[in-house]
Amino acid sequence: MLIPCPHCGTRPVEEFTFLGDATPTRPATPDDPKWYSYVYERDNPRGRFDEFVHHSGGCRAWLVVSRDTKTHAVFSALTAADFKRKQKP
Amino acid sequence: MTGFRIEKGGLINRDTKLNFTFDGKAFTGHNGDTLASALIANGVHLMGRSFKYHRPRGVISAGSSEPNALVELRENGRKEANTRATMVELYDGLMAKSQNRWPSLQHDILAINSLASSIFVAGFYYKTFMWPKSFWEKIYEPLIRKAAGLGTASREADPDTYEKSYAHCDVLVIGSGPAGLMAALTAGRAGVRVILADEGSALGGSLLFENEEIAGQSGYDWAQGILAELASLPNVTLMPRSTIFGWFDGNIFGALERVNDHVAVPAPFEPRQRYWRIHANRAVLAAGAEERPLVFGGNDVPGVMLASAMRHYANRFAAAAGKSIVVFTNNSSAARTVTDMQKHGVNVSAVIDTRKGERILAVKGGKQVVAVNGTPCDAVAMSGGWSPIVNLMCHRGAKPIWNEGIAGFTPPDVGPEFTAIGSAAGHMLLSECLAGGVRAGTVKGRTEAAPQCRDEAFAIQPFWWVKESVGKAFIDYQNDATAKDLPLATREGYGHVELAKRYTTTGMATDQGKLGNVNAIAILAEASGKTIAEMGTTTFRPFYTPVSFGAFTGPFTGHHFQPVRKTPLHDWCVEQGAVFVESGLWMRSAWFPQAGEDWLAAATREVKATRSGVGLCDVSTLGKIDIQGKDAGLFLDHLYCNTFSTLSIGKARYGIMLREDGIAFDDGTTSRLAEDHFVMTTTTANAARVMSHIEFCHQVHWPELDVQYVSVTEQWAQMAIAGPKARATLQKLVDNLQLSDETMPYLAARDVTILGDVTARLFRISFSGEHAYELAVPADYGNAVARSIMQAGAEFNIAPYGVEALSIMRIEKGHVAGGELNGTTTAGDLGLGKMMSTKKDYIGRAMSMRAGLADPARQCVVGIKPVDRSMKIRSGGHLLKQGDAPSLQADQGYICSVAWSPMLDMWLGLALLSNGRARIGEIVKVFDGLRGHHYLAEICDPVHFDPKNERLHA
Amino acid sequence: MKYSLFSLLRNSLSGHKNWSPAWRSPEPKKEYDIIIVGGGGHGLATAYYLAKIHGLKNIAVLEKNHIGSGNVGRNTTIIRSNYQLPGNNPFYELSMKLWEGLEQDFNFNAMVSQRGVLNLYHTDAQRDAFARRGNAMHLDGVDAELLEAHAVRDMYPFFDHDNPRFPIKGGLLQRRGGTVRHDAVAWGYARGADLRGVDILQGCELTGIDTENGKVVGVQTSRGAIRCKKLALCAAGHSSEVAAMAGLKLPIESHVLQAFVSEGLKPYIDGVVTFGAGHFYVSQSDKGGLVFGGDIDGYNSYAQRGNLPMVEHVIEAGVAMVPSLSRVRALRSWGGVMDMTMDGSPIIDKTSVHGLYLNAGWCYGGFKATPASGWCYAYLIAKDEPHTVAKAYRMDRFRTGHMLDEKGQGATPNLH
Repeated sequence: MLIPCPHCGTRPVEEFTFLGDATPTRPATPDDPKWYSYVYERDNPRGRFDEFVHHSGGCRAWLVVSRDTKTHAVFSALTAADFKRKQKP
Repeated sequence: MTGFRIEKGGLINRDTKLNFTFDGKAFTGHNGDTLASALIANGVHLMGRSFKYHRPRGVISAGSSEPNALVELRENGRKEANTRATMVELYDGLMAKSQNRWPSLQHDILAINSLASSIFVAGFYYKTFMWPKSFWEKIYEPLIRKAAGLGTASREADPDTYEKSYAHCDVLVIGSGPAGLMAALTAGRAGVRVILADEGSALGGSLLFENEEIAGQSGYDWAQGILAELASLPNVTLMPRSTIFGWFDGNIFGALERVNDHVAVPAPFEPRQRYWRIHANRAVLAAGAEERPLVFGGNDVPGVMLASAMRHYANRFAAAAGKSIVVFTNNSSAARTVTDMQKHGVNVSAVIDTRKGERILAVKGGKQVVAVNGTPCDAVAMSGGWSPIVNLMCHRGAKPIWNEGIAGFTPPDVGPEFTAIGSAAGHMLLSECLAGGVRAGTVKGRTEAAPQCRDEAFAIQPFWWVKESVGKAFIDYQNDATAKDLPLATREGYGHVELAKRYTTTGMATDQGKLGNVNAIAILAEASGKTIAEMGTTTFRPFYTPVSFGAFTGPFTGHHFQPVRKTPLHDWCVEQGAVFVESGLWMRSAWFPQAGEDWLAAATREVKATRSGVGLCDVSTLGKIDIQGKDAGLFLDHLYCNTFSTLSIGKARYGIMLREDGIAFDDGTTSRLAEDHFVMTTTTANAARVMSHIEFCHQVHWPELDVQYVSVTEQWAQMAIAGPKARATLQKLVDNLQLSDETMPYLAARDVTILGDVTARLFRISFSGEHAYELAVPADYGNAVARSIMQAGAEFNIAPYGVEALSIMRIEKGHVAGGELNGTTTAGDLGLGKMMSTKKDYIGRAMSMRAGLADPARQCVVGIKPVDRSMKIRSGGHLLKQGDAPSLQADQGYICSVAWSPMLDMWLGLALLSNGRARIGEIVKVFDGLRGHHYLAEICDPVHFDPKNERLHA
Repeated sequence: MKYSLFSLLRNSLSGHKNWSPAWRSPEPKKEYDIIIVGGGGHGLATAYYLAKIHGLKNIAVLEKNHIGSGNVGRNTTIIRSNYQLPGNNPFYELSMKLWEGLEQDFNFNAMVSQRGVLNLYHTDAQRDAFARRGNAMHLDGVDAELLEAHAVRDMYPFFDHDNPRFPIKGGLLQRRGGTVRHDAVAWGYARGADLRGVDILQGCELTGIDTENGKVVGVQTSRGAIRCKKLALCAAGHSSEVAAMAGLKLPIESHVLQAFVSEGLKPYIDGVVTFGAGHFYVSQSDKGGLVFGGDIDGYNSYAQRGNLPMVEHVIEAGVAMVPSLSRVRALRSWGGVMDMTMDGSPIIDKTSVHGLYLNAGWCYGGFKATPASGWCYAYLIAKDEPHTVAKAYRMDRFRTGHMLDEKGQGATPNLH
């Protein structure tokens, strides 16, 4: 599998560390009822999936990679910050 | 003994004479031979025994699909089991043995299994061997295991080496037959980077043995011309002896290059094999097609082989399989064998063509074919049609498509990155193969004209099983799966192609069904009244052909299995006689033995020297992260459960980080060197994880914070100087600073210079509980500084101490480390709950408030010591209430760290105990069933030594 | 027809023409009392025990492909009960005890072979962790032995005991651990369930879950709508997908785990061995292939296949442990979809939807759990209360903070 790192270009999968579902947002306050969901529940689709990926063997950027979990086709890779900006309406 | 060497022709070098042995018997062959061709030329047909019935078997194919002629090649550490004789290039001195037979290939006792074959049908073992119960493991299974298996693997280390390489290309062409050559030539002339790989020892594919005519020359001559041009093109890489074994995500291909398998021993500094990862922008499958056996009784008698294999041996290796042959076919291609063998002077005694209603009904012969349907002969050429080699294109999940016209499965459309041409695509005409090559090799309109060639029409009328023939008709030769097993599987409910495979073991042998699977699918389809297309195939998976472990390992073996991390003080540790211990990838100094000392004596002396004078310890493996920026303090407040933004400049503070689920993650001291500058230390084990975590927290959660960070673990050598004489020792090194409780109080942290001009950071922190410092200097100065400290401390009898002494002292002091900070404990469990701020948001705060994490019954850290003070205790013992019988329900906790305390003259430890802090003074029972040791122990405060911390401030 | 040497002999006289199917291929009924989703080991075991132990009859198992087409047919066949947490060990020990009598119980030879499972250790810290684990096993009455280096050397003299990076210092041995012929487990349970009236519906894919007023009333399938009173999900790596049909989001990610088999060899490695300084575990099948595996690839996947970096990683560790493996050849690799939970332990529980049950989250340890999983899930479905050894497998443990985290990795599924 190859990941198109926005900083480093296309790099092989072993340079990256995966952390899963990138869609939940960390609740702002300790008493928010969404905490359980944020920490434990995961979108786990068979198909297109936005996930946190760390370029741990490269530029050390946290990326959000959009990838198909059935075919492993990689659609895009953004820095986490860019992804957040795009997520906001 | 009827095969023979044809007098003229072939691609062997008759000027050479290579000696080799098979089962100890001496033979000769020529350069260019394979082991199989040389054996055939020497009249040897019997080359192996089958898996279940131990039936005598001869070679079936001339390539990598061979299921029968498997040998143990070479000896001792170089011995390879299950090597296909068809793929072994002959070399002088080659030694091979047959396998899976006892006492000999000619006389195999277990051939007796054939007699019971009416019972040994598919799946018989699932129905029996169940009574009496104990017999399975004691009697049946050991017998089955001994009888099963194929070759014997070596138990000696492999003396050869392996390499791993990467390659990148625009076009990867897999297979060097007419289609592949044309594709490589077209792309090569267009100027893009081309790799042409083929599993064969020579490039040319079928043109090495088929009589073809291309561009007015023989197919072989045409191929040699193209290969010469390809070899001259700088943008083309030719890879013979290289099997592309798998297709992976990103259009990455795995390949095995057999660099030196064709010689007895690799030349010095050369690898035996090379593993490749090939990144191809585009790949072309030109792997050809595999001929199928026909299914009839006796289709496994030595001498029965694929029609194409028979002419391959004759045309390329000048090895004739027999003097008189019978040809059995359901298609037009076997006519080539008739023509070619007759040309070589072999008598074709019969051509039996199913299209004319003809069948082989009986094969006579045990270890060698004697007659077919009553006609004497010594070999049989069979052709059941052709299966395009679609494997690689199906490795990523796509299924092949049944093509009625050629009676074979053709590759799926997997997109433009990987396309098939030639007979791999089901194109059975040579002109189609060449045209496909041109098409696939064309790059941005740069193309070539396909040469003229002679075409031979292909016609087939599928025929799957001569049911009326006498004897066993084999589908999977190696596993002894017969045609009858498949309808049986269907009757019993295992008719799905995947279930039938697992129930009958069809397709599970070392050839992975290359020869037999399509026959099996057709027979299964008939048995369940389905079409072949409806039945479909089993899953094609890597590896196309088996790959040695050594190739995947490459050089990462033995000492090089994992990289070694040495601290900047490693040389100094060596000078001091350190014994090292693996700690993750690090080598850490464990103890520094003097003459006659074991580890415990050394560690005891080191502790005493430190606690009475001064000790020096290498702590460079601790993670060190430099954090700077206007918001650095605020950022640390998010990371740690306690507060750092309030930390004064020039001060260090112990911190605990939680995971977001509220469990303790890591601990260490972090110091503020300036308003916007902190330096964090982490545990050795978690250094990399903490760094990633920091990056995540900043980049994902709080990108608005003005903060930067970088790991400086390897940039600084760090050493602990501990003991009552630590200050006096250090003072001799430090420039322009009088060390005192005023200038350097407990938890002070400051930049200093030492030894005149060396930049250093000095921290007054202590893991040992002593008056202690940690001194960090640029890594390259580490050894010199350590030596200077040793000199400075000489008058105080300074001792270097290692992680054993470090561990003893931290356990004496009740400081937590990996045994307690184990990923399941909370800050509260560790006795550090008060550090958890209630005034700020930090990672893990919300989840740490869950009932289960705040439960007073949770196991928390306590001290433990044996009631019998002379007794040794060990980690891993579980704690029970006195009087409770041992059970998991009664389990109260366990001992996580122990040490011999030189100061208290006894063994003591730290334990995790349910509601432990309320149980100080309780006597518990320690259950250590593993070591048969049960004893009483006293629960105590974790701080065993110097409970008032007087030494810290002394 | 009972399977025995006698029946085998008798059938051989008639050319094996008279064997009846091991299970029927029935048409779906309009309604069942209980529908189990997933014809793998766990689902079929659940059906078997519901019928056999609880005497329930009107049961169907839905399988979208063929039975045993998921993880029960693509694992490394290891069984063991060497867990340390009180919430885990009794469950896995129940499983071990069921394995020990399974073949006689369901009249099918699954080749349960207690060849021993040996976990190697290379550091003092690993030894201490194994001592803790082994003693927990002893507390539960489970066999465990802590071996020193020489004892491991005696068992496997050709291993690299003095590996220059990570010498083998000893091991934790459970002699009752071993291997089982994995496909046969699915087949034996299927046959046993079918004999007791369970309808096994192959080629029947769940496409929807019908609820009324927060209660399950039926399912939509590729073979039509079927009503039911209770619906039991048992879909392993596809649990998140099927649970989503009832509006549930699970603490689960699906990951790919690769496994491998070598070419067949004469007896070479007698028991199951796990390397402690890399990701590698190995055993040898009755057919002679070395069956081995390592770590998950690390990314979410439903693809049942992995990539080369993990292949290299696993085999490098294998050769570090046994240098003579260098010339052995890897024959085939495959991948299974693992339902990885946030603490590495499974879920057997009711859900917020009445009549909907969940059995999921087996990470890569599901095979060994098959009998106990079926046993306890059947108990839960039949009695609407958890079996005593599966009480800790409730889904709300994450909400309440009672995680069962054997490895201490927290809510990072790919690290379990």
